[in-house]
Amino acid sequence: MSEESTTPLKIVVLVKHVPDVQFDRHIDSGTLRLDRAESVLSELDEYAVEAAVSIVEANGGFAAGHEVIAATMGGKGAGNSVKKALQMGASSGLHLSDEALAGSDTVATSKALAALVDYVGNVDLVVTGMSSTDAETSVVPAQLAERLGFAQLTHALAVEFDAAQRELAIKRDHLDRTLTLTASLPAVLSVTDQANEPRYPNFKAIMAAKKKTVTELDLAAIGLDAAAVGAIGSNTEVIGAEARPAREAGTVINDSGQAGIALVDFLAEQKLI
Amino acid sequence: MPSALVFFSEFSEAPSKAQRELLTLASGFENPAVAVASEVSAAAQEVLASYGVVKLYTASSQAQVFGQHELSVLDAALQATGAGLVLLANDNFSRELGARLAVRHNGAIITDVIGITGDLVATKDELAGSYSVQAKPTNGTLFATLKPNSIEDAPAAANIPLAVEELALEDSSDAKVRIAAAEAKAASDRPALTEARVVVAGGRGVNGDFGPVEDLADALGAAVGASRAATDAGWISHDAQIGQTGVTVAPQLYISAGISGAIQQKAGMQTSKFIIAINKDVDAPVFEIADLGIVGDLAKVLPQAAEEIRRRKA
Ligand SMILES: Cc1cc2nc3c(=O)[nH]c(=O)nc-3n(C[C@H](O)[C@H](O)[C@H](O)COP(=O)(O)OP(=O)(O)OC[C@H]3O[C@@H](n4cnc5c(N)ncnc54)[C@H](O)[C@@H]3O)c2cc1C
Ligand SMILES: Nc1ncnc2c1ncn2[C@@H]1O[C@H](COP(=O)(O)O)[C@@H](O)[C@H]1O
Repeated sequence: MSEESTTPLKIVVLVKHVPDVQFDRHIDSGTLRLDRAESVLSELDEYAVEAAVSIVEANGGFAAGHEVIAATMGGKGAGNSVKKALQMGASSGLHLSDEALAGSDTVATSKALAALVDYVGNVDLVVTGMSSTDAETSVVPAQLAERLGFAQLTHALAVEFDAAQRELAIKRDHLDRTLTLTASLPAVLSVTDQANEPRYPNFKAIMAAKKKTVTELDLAAIGLDAAAVGAIGSNTEVIGAEARPAREAGTVINDSGQAGIALVDFLAEQKLI
Repeated sequence: MPSALVFFSEFSEAPSKAQRELLTLASGFENPAVAVASEVSAAAQEVLASYGVVKLYTASSQAQVFGQHELSVLDAALQATGAGLVLLANDNFSRELGARLAVRHNGAIITDVIGITGDLVATKDELAGSYSVQAKPTNGTLFATLKPNSIEDAPAAANIPLAVEELALEDSSDAKVRIAAAEAKAASDRPALTEARVVVAGGRGVNGDFGPVEDLADALGAAVGASRAATDAGWISHDAQIGQTGVTVAPQLYISAGISGAIQQKAGMQTSKFIIAINKDVDAPVFEIADLGIVGDLAKVLPQAAEEIRRRKA
């Protein structure tokens, strides 16, 4: 790896502000939208931030001129997830927020995020999580690759960057095989929770993040028509949502030497054997 | 009623349960057609016809590129049929094909679908199965990815002859993503996790030895699953991981052994019909969702249960 010759990389890492999975999550029965109080940086996007920052660190560090821009689209609170990404090492932040974005489905979300990447300009690499923990669709990264015309390297179990060739290699499971896939930049990379171990920001990193900037943008600022996104710009509509009744605890028994038999009795009673 | 197009990367004369469910769902729509991105044998074509499929579009490719060929096949078949509904498997690869084409043709994509009505109202799972949501397309073709075990597999009675069309596609060798290497995964004799009626899963509590879990699975003809703690420890392949970042299962019976029941693990199994949990710790959260909880040592309980099942079967 020749550190001097590395052309600086411009990386956008997409982070989503989502309801904390550790709490009960609710869909409002009137608006049919997810209650977004108690939101945090999606834990799966921490792997994306880690992947982006590690690529920079392995190629001369931020001193070499690389940028990792943590970007989000979301309501007011979403800025907090960008700040968390800055603590984990991203160099600056972008927060796209506009009332007109409310109710965006994946097609509209990817439109807005692609416009955000275009607004940044000259982006070499977009890094995302494997899935948001609220929508759980795993489709936004592929949609971004389609919209931006970038190579799609998604669901990476492992990532390697060859700075000299400006080429990425990932491992990905497909059918009954594990593939090694390669592509030249620009690319969209999504990483799984197998790809790395996200760092825990220390006091120094938290202090350093305070000096980094988060730029707030609305749709007008990135030149996107409000009618292209939000509920109007979406191609799907949610028309109903019901909470499944919570599972109830059944019988709990202590094993006093016969629990294996009791297990089989239960299977027989329920006609499972 | 809209017309339906089903996509498969591969299709053999012994289709998976998930594939048969997709064909059954399609048979309720107009002119069910299928697109397959590789060769389809005569025997496999007969299977398609038995589900009422009227048209098959195929094209195979030897190019060592990733995803491009499949995308071209589905796109070409979509143009040829003008289908209002495209049905895909729920795996990541199939989702991504649907996602790209939904963008390309300004259509709609809905994932994790468990049912679709004739006027394209899809029912889907949300928030790790804790909600059931109805959604519908408001523009363009609907691309829907179907969760396995959602639909009763039922071949259509009428046997309409199947027309086959070989698609003429442009060479995709200039595609952006190349396959540099491919490693086959170890094959297993056990049922596939997503399709199994019974799953026996082990966690950190197996302490390195999946023997008792596998033994009970074999007695029950079950698939073997695991928590992330067990796959991260390298005791079993990552393919066995059940949960938020692993496989989602909804079997008739899920037996959880030595697994505490973290939210990310529950996300992958809490819609199982019956749950039995074996854990040493009476306070393990998994007991909150178990129909039968056993406070005990899995190394004792599992072998005893396996032996008892074999005894009763004999
Ligand atoms: C981003 C992210 C994604 C994740 N995705 C997943 C996922 O997809 N799937 C998943 O499973 N986890 C996932 N996790 C991890 C999850 O949070 C838990 O850490 C994990 O599920 C714990 O596995 P475990 O229950 O086997 O281990 P532990 O929590 O350590 O529990 C082991 C249990 O075994 C019991 N035990 C020990 N010995 C015995 C014995 N002899 N007999 C009976 N019981 C015994 C103990 O009482 C304990 O309850 C994810 C975490 C993160 C942060
Ligand atoms: N509103 C958003 N803001 C930023 N990133 C997002 C947003 N929605 C999706 N993403 C990115 O896309 C990935 C996959 O999301 P999804 O397709 O919704 O499962 C996430 O892990 C994020 O990296």
